[in-house]
Amino acid sequence: MIDEHNLIDEIEVERYELFDAPNYNFHFDRRDFIKAFGLGIVFIVPATRVLAQQRGQGESGRGGPNQNLPKDIEAWIHIDEKGEVTAFTGKVEVGQNTRTTLTQSVADELHVPVSSVHLVMGDTDLTPFDLGTFGSRSTPTMVPQLRKAAAAAREMLIAMAAEQLNVAPGDLRIVDARFLNHDKSKTLTLAEVAKGRKLVKVIPDNIAITQPKDWTIAGTSVTKVDAKSYVSGKHRYTFDVKRDGMLYGKIVRPAAFNASLVSVDTKAAAAIPGVTVVTDGNFIGVTAPDQQTTIRAANAIAVDWKSPGQVSNKELFDVLRKPATNQRGGGGEGGGGGSRPQGSMADGLAAADKKLEQTYTVQYIAHAPLEPRAAVAEWNGDKLTVWTGSQRPFGVRTELAEAFHIPEDKVRVIVPDTGSGYGGKHTGECAVEAARLAKAAGKPVKLTWTREEEFTWAYFRPAGVIDIKSGVKNDGTLTAWEFHNYNSGGAGIQIKYDIPNNDIRFHASDSPLKQGSYRGLAATANHFARESHIDELAQLVGIDPLEFRLRNIKDDRLRAVLQAAANKFGWKPTPRVPPATTSGGVLSRLGGPTNLPVSDRGVGIACGFEKGGYVATCAEIAIEPPSDKEDKTNRRVRIVRVVEAFECGAIVNPRHLHNQIEGSIVMAIGGALFESIQFDDGKILNPHFAQYRVPRFSDLPKIEIVLVDRKDIASAGAGETPIVGLAPAIGNAIFIATGIRLRSLPMVPRGLTA
Amino acid sequence: MAKVTSLNVNGRKMTVDIDSSVSLLSVLRNDLDLTGSKYGCGEGQCGACTVLIDGVATRSCITQVGRVGGKQITTIEALEKDGKLHPLQEAFIAADAMQCAYCTSGMIMSASALLAKNAKPSRAEIITGMNGNICRCGTYERIVQAIQIASGQAKEVA
Repeated sequence: MIDEHNLIDEIEVERYELFDAPNYNFHFDRRDFIKAFGLGIVFIVPATRVLAQQRGQGESGRGGPNQNLPKDIEAWIHIDEKGEVTAFTGKVEVGQNTRTTLTQSVADELHVPVSSVHLVMGDTDLTPFDLGTFGSRSTPTMVPQLRKAAAAAREMLIAMAAEQLNVAPGDLRIVDARFLNHDKSKTLTLAEVAKGRKLVKVIPDNIAITQPKDWTIAGTSVTKVDAKSYVSGKHRYTFDVKRDGMLYGKIVRPAAFNASLVSVDTKAAAAIPGVTVVTDGNFIGVTAPDQQTTIRAANAIAVDWKSPGQVSNKELFDVLRKPATNQRGGGGEGGGGGSRPQGSMADGLAAADKKLEQTYTVQYIAHAPLEPRAAVAEWNGDKLTVWTGSQRPFGVRTELAEAFHIPEDKVRVIVPDTGSGYGGKHTGECAVEAARLAKAAGKPVKLTWTREEEFTWAYFRPAGVIDIKSGVKNDGTLTAWEFHNYNSGGAGIQIKYDIPNNDIRFHASDSPLKQGSYRGLAATANHFARESHIDELAQLVGIDPLEFRLRNIKDDRLRAVLQAAANKFGWKPTPRVPPATTSGGVLSRLGGPTNLPVSDRGVGIACGFEKGGYVATCAEIAIEPPSDKEDKTNRRVRIVRVVEAFECGAIVNPRHLHNQIEGSIVMAIGGALFESIQFDDGKILNPHFAQYRVPRFSDLPKIEIVLVDRKDIASAGAGETPIVGLAPAIGNAIFIATGIRLRSLPMVPRGLTA
Repeated sequence: MAKVTSLNVNGRKMTVDIDSSVSLLSVLRNDLDLTGSKYGCGEGQCGACTVLIDGVATRSCITQVGRVGGKQITTIEALEKDGKLHPLQEAFIAADAMQCAYCTSGMIMSASALLAKNAKPSRAEIITGMNGNICRCGTYERIVQAIQIASGQAKEVA
């Protein structure tokens, strides 16, 4: 097995995913556990060394006065008097099915049915501190932690049951939540062992967990936990939370980003019965007993904003090439995802038969989670409770504590299973706004962002510019690789190509828009640039792109997914295609001006590695006629078929993995072909689904997935990496079909030739 | 302002006191506590708020409550009867046709209207019929399969 500790050391937390370490953390002692959970047995899992380090240096303050408890606690499991098992984790469910993954892992280790395991997630008063649900970390870190707890619990419970039954512990095993001795003459239920107990046990560090080859419940396609409550409409998202006496809130937004308030007149709004108006610096909001009145009140506020001149899409890439003046956004030149240069670029280029320099760009895109940001805030005396859909409940707790100058133990953040995040819900702005309104109104307040607010006032996947300079020999050997990523990030920037001379850097920029995490983050941009460029090199030396990759990749896991995808796809060597050129606005191909034929098809391949997952994607595209409203010379790109092979170690739930990969491919279609945030002078110009097109049913290609199960390798997360291969595979396929090399994401926002 | 004083929701007459210009979605969610219908965009673009009005799939977020006073309104909450899920709901579970599931209510309501008009829709008809509903998690293929299962055209799903 690959040690997960080493894996954690290898993986750098992406700069955009981690802001500041928390400066205070709640602590528990044994009495707190007994008080919180009542009778039964609590098993506590100490945090691993590496995770403890990630959470901040020095004394964390966790653990409190009771020195018998570990300083950093990763998770705990409670077994109540009825034998029901509840595991507590600070991770949250945002559609990635972590609730199911963790539930089945605990059930697997404890030898109890899935139905008797419950998970309490993302509640800062009940669950251990957690940095957040991002970076595909839940499976590689939380699964082993909860498994350790469950394995230790199993052994301790067996010892207790053995004592009760007066048999040797070695004579007992747990089958389906029952203790059985060798001839089943003596049995006990989990409930009978837990009954009347009042125990808090810290699990030993050296406990062994069940290896994937011996899994019985993990490794199977357990149905989504709570599926019934979702399909029946009963599940309560934050949007659906109600509290007694609850008011609704609305924020009056500035006219543009970075605008300052010149004047505000709230008299007319304040005169509406039931309305409370709150102004506090640039913050202007209202509360009312119903949503309609909040809208009326907000519209009645006369407000004047002054906005500085701001960058638009047109200047974006020039701006991003300039070094950052504000270091908060990144680690500076060479920092973060880059690495020390290897060999010599000069030598590498000198050894090359062909050289290539190209630039690739990506626009900002929006997460557009279908549940926009929402929060319900309630003050009870000096204690604040907020329900909100966030991937960082403890981060939001810190934001709230800082915003209101109160200790963090006076703030409770509860995250109901959330209407998706994709990295877009790391921040707590909606929670802070709701809490500010609730404080003023003296009643609980629900604040739900509109779609336009979610598109405008959240944050975006970073835009970026990537420059690549490379050299290759005529036999296809890569000799030099220089890669500069401006702003979009360091995720997935490292290469699995065996290139002796390389220089790979990330450069922080001043982003004109607020930017943050996103599913896979910069791995999509970096893979798009790299895998497009690799294809260009393969074309340059006339070698089939699959063969070209295999000649330069030694990594067995990456080769395995490449071959698996190619086999399933039925990959056949692609022809050398003469690049199309444009002259006087007319697209020329094959030596003469031409309209692209409608029936053309192309195939493309791409591969990659990120966050412990290996992916290879093959795609087939078709060139199709324009819609009736478009110029007749325009051509559309339709994705006909996608085959993706993915390997992330031992598979915990094949069906859910399949679902995540499919979802990643579909989401990737948007960023690859048409999604792009348009902005000018501090305003978002397309903050609606009618203007910001996301993939729909009609965009769906035929998708085939090859799951590569490696039971000898610890499971990595799978919610992100399957997204990275699609864009370059499509770009490469478009080139084969047309001779047009598209180096900007999105590739065809208005069609191929528009 | 004109008022709406009663609504027929899920076969029951509900007494309300609402301005007729308010959105049906807001009334369902905030006044009747039927929160299964979701707000996704407020512009009729995503379908998360889909309900049936006299059997026709309708975007409740852009439907003024004053227009549906005398009509039969059916929401996701009506599909499960006596603890038994509707075949579409069962099919969505069988096909694992959800991730975050925020779109699921709207998907199921749109699908139920589609199947009411066309008991055995082809794949192309499903795609056309469902194209107004967004699943940002990208579970479209599974939703197509769920509709095929519910209409007796498919059984197993990978």
